Amino acid sequence: MMNKSFAATLEPATSLANKTGSWRTLRPVNVFKLPPCNKQCPAGENIQQWLYYAAEGDYEHAWRILTEENPFPACMGRVCYHTCEGKCNRGFLDESVGINSVERFLGDYALEHKLSFRKPVRETGKKILIVGSGPAGLSAAYHLRRYGHSVHIVEMAGKPGGMMRYGIPTYRLPRNILDAEIARLTDMGITIECNHPVQDIVAEKKNGKYDAVILGLGASISTNVDIPSGDTTHILHALNVLEEISSDSEVQIGRKVAVYGGGNTAVDVARSLRRLGAEPIIVYRRNRDKMPANPEEMDDAIKEGIQVKWLSTIAGAEKDSLKIEKMKLNDQGWPEPTGEFEELAADSVVLAIGQNVDLSVCQKVEGLQTEKDAVVVDHENMMTTVPGIFAAGDMVKGDRTVTAAIGMGKHAARGVNAYLKGSVYKRPAKHEDARFEDMHPWYYTDAPKTVRPQLELARRTNTFDEVQHGLTEENAIFEARRCLSCGNCMECDNCYGVCPDNAVVKLGPGKGYEFNYDYCKGCGVCAQECPCGHIKMVPEKI
Amino acid sequence: MLDAIKFYQTGSNTVGNRLLNPSMRAVQASSDRPNTLISGHRACQGCGEALGARYAIDAAMRATGGQLMIANATGCLEVFSTPYPQSAWRLPWIHSLFGNSAAVGSGLAVAARVRAKKAGNTNVPRVIAQGGDGGTTDIGFGPLSGMFERNDDVLYICYDNQAYMNTGVQRSSATPPAARTATTQLVGEEPGNDWGKGKNVPLIAMAHGIPYVATASVADLKDLEYKVEKAMSFHGARYIQILVPCPLGWGSASGSTVTVARLACETGFYPIFEAEYGKITSVRKIRQQQPVVNFLKLQRRYAHLTGKKADPKVLARVQAMCDDNIRSFDLLGDEIPETMPVAVQAHERSHEI
Repeated sequence: MMNKSFAATLEPATSLANKTGSWRTLRPVNVFKLPPCNKQCPAGENIQQWLYYAAEGDYEHAWRILTEENPFPACMGRVCYHTCEGKCNRGFLDESVGINSVERFLGDYALEHKLSFRKPVRETGKKILIVGSGPAGLSAAYHLRRYGHSVHIVEMAGKPGGMMRYGIPTYRLPRNILDAEIARLTDMGITIECNHPVQDIVAEKKNGKYDAVILGLGASISTNVDIPSGDTTHILHALNVLEEISSDSEVQIGRKVAVYGGGNTAVDVARSLRRLGAEPIIVYRRNRDKMPANPEEMDDAIKEGIQVKWLSTIAGAEKDSLKIEKMKLNDQGWPEPTGEFEELAADSVVLAIGQNVDLSVCQKVEGLQTEKDAVVVDHENMMTTVPGIFAAGDMVKGDRTVTAAIGMGKHAARGVNAYLKGSVYKRPAKHEDARFEDMHPWYYTDAPKTVRPQLELARRTNTFDEVQHGLTEENAIFEARRCLSCGNCMECDNCYGVCPDNAVVKLGPGKGYEFNYDYCKGCGVCAQECPCGHIKMVPEKI
Repeated sequence: MLDAIKFYQTGSNTVGNRLLNPSMRAVQASSDRPNTLISGHRACQGCGEALGARYAIDAAMRATGGQLMIANATGCLEVFSTPYPQSAWRLPWIHSLFGNSAAVGSGLAVAARVRAKKAGNTNVPRVIAQGGDGGTTDIGFGPLSGMFERNDDVLYICYDNQAYMNTGVQRSSATPPAARTATTQLVGEEPGNDWGKGKNVPLIAMAHGIPYVATASVADLKDLEYKVEKAMSFHGARYIQILVPCPLGWGSASGSTVTVARLACETGFYPIFEAEYGKITSVRKIRQQQPVVNFLKLQRRYAHLTGKKADPKVLARVQAMCDDNIRSFDLLGDEIPETMPVAVQAHERSHEI
């Protein structure tokens, strides 16, 4: 080369000999951040990742990623209160992604295409007893079975499902969906024995030679409240009412029914009664802002014509009327009696003011510590104070939702798995949060959320048909593609395109990118132009 | 213009996307893109010109099937890409003087035609002449106008970083008013570059009635690639001016190169449009309008407009200049301007701004 006359000819691409990476003081690295939806999900679903595959139309792959954490997508796509959507970063841009509808779409897709869970590749020979077949017990059973343990569930009721079957009205969760998703678990080799109440946990464990026990008894006793009333007054408990309705849709509860309480159970009872032709009225001691019920469910209830008596308590009950005392909120937001009373026509009262755990079985176990309405556990691994006995679901302190129960069941399974190996389960450290401020909203276009069609209001008052319909495939893919992919690569090629030094290498579909540090000068354009905040500039060690 | 892509995660705004049909992705998204300007060049960190040159020449390579050669004026691009004995180019490339790359390009185009004719070859290589704004709007302006009036079959690309960056940030006729450069210091009544000076070369090029004139920026890659490919579909003289931020000369962070260019477009500071035969045929509309201060505050050359001692009247005047651009190029409306826009310098000189 140097033999050539000066400035006459230079060979092409000879600049590659000049390794400009030596200029660098900052180094771009790919970081994987925790999207707010994943962080919020009580079941710990990897939402961003399953939306990634759903957006490609690879529904089976999406479903497989989803069910690594949660075996009930079709159920959860219907009954989960989807707090993930409240945290969705897309909410800062236009509207949050309809995660729950896509989950339901995937769940229904899997049922339609008869997708099944893989059987474990090896059997460990360990036996685990699960008491209670609610969402916590089933979730724990699923995860334990995936580890290769043999799992036996005992259930005191006639059918498995717990609150999913006996607490949630059918217009929210059709039972054929629940049956299909439970059948998928028994296909894995999990055995469920119904009509088997457990009286003595320790004996049950010893006789069956079980290596560990998970308790998922739930909170199945309705909280009682003393209402002064005559003998003829019809006072019922919410759980009994829901159970009766779910097994007999012709049951007669009353005509004008007061539902006492402001939680999700109260709303479920009121909406169920409306479908039986009754005129339910919710009586709640605080106001709408303070109401614990899910706002969307409450909106639907009001649209269906359910009346609410806010700031009211039931002071007494006669045959056809209730004595209502008006309340007012104090500075702390708690209700205080005003001393003003009024009459409310009602022929029966349904108490929906909370549920309690039946701790009598637990209290028989020596060393098993309980507290008010809960079993004491180490929340890291869900083990009770008795080694080898774990607990999950409503009988443990925490949110009493199906989703929370599924998450607790998963952690109990991990706790058991570690216990069986002689170690103690520690939850892994979480990735750094993917904040909206770290993202580059310029690159995202505006798109409205696809709203699930709802059963026409008129039809809802007299049928137990499902209220929410699913998304069509076209809408589901649209919705999945609205995901911003917070903190994780979505392969948009921006870093590859904007590098002035061609120092980003594209590895091909699904493989992402890598930095060529021989030439990367550390300018930081890639990090600044990455839409999802997946690139971080870190100081070079000099 | 670009087809609207019905796609809701990132729209058509990113370089590529795994979910997009490959034909709808930018050339730069392809793993076998030409990389005509390869790694190892000595441009500063975050160089907008290195980025713009690779974007434009890669697109031209695709449009011409690789039958392409380049005449390159003296300037940053030439210096950083070909320090003896290395070259970062991967295509036939010739270095001209500072001022004559348009003339050299004209000669290359004629030579290519004659050579192909002699060889009985109908596939005539295409020619691009390129340079910075100094080599284009000042020093090479005579040869450029000559190339236009003869309608020579050359695409001239001006990488506009708004000053003579290679020699140490001296003012050019493309330097915007109030900008600080080495030769327009912060002194006197109107600190920074004077108002009412400079010229609008894209409008001058249009006045030559040549087949194609366009402006572009490194912030909108797909628009840039579209314009280069469109330009290569014409024969005759064509002109594309690409805004390429210079982190060194503008005093912006090296990582902000694309962001600064985007803000120049979204504030109306730098109108992006295209014209055929002297008439504007499309305008890149502002998507998320922003006040010009958001653009200015990222750059030290404008630090005197945004600090505590800043004169708000100057900032208002820069904003008025942007508003004038928005009006005359209709950057917010749905239309394309019917009449030829008046260069903003005219309004500065007549004290309308």
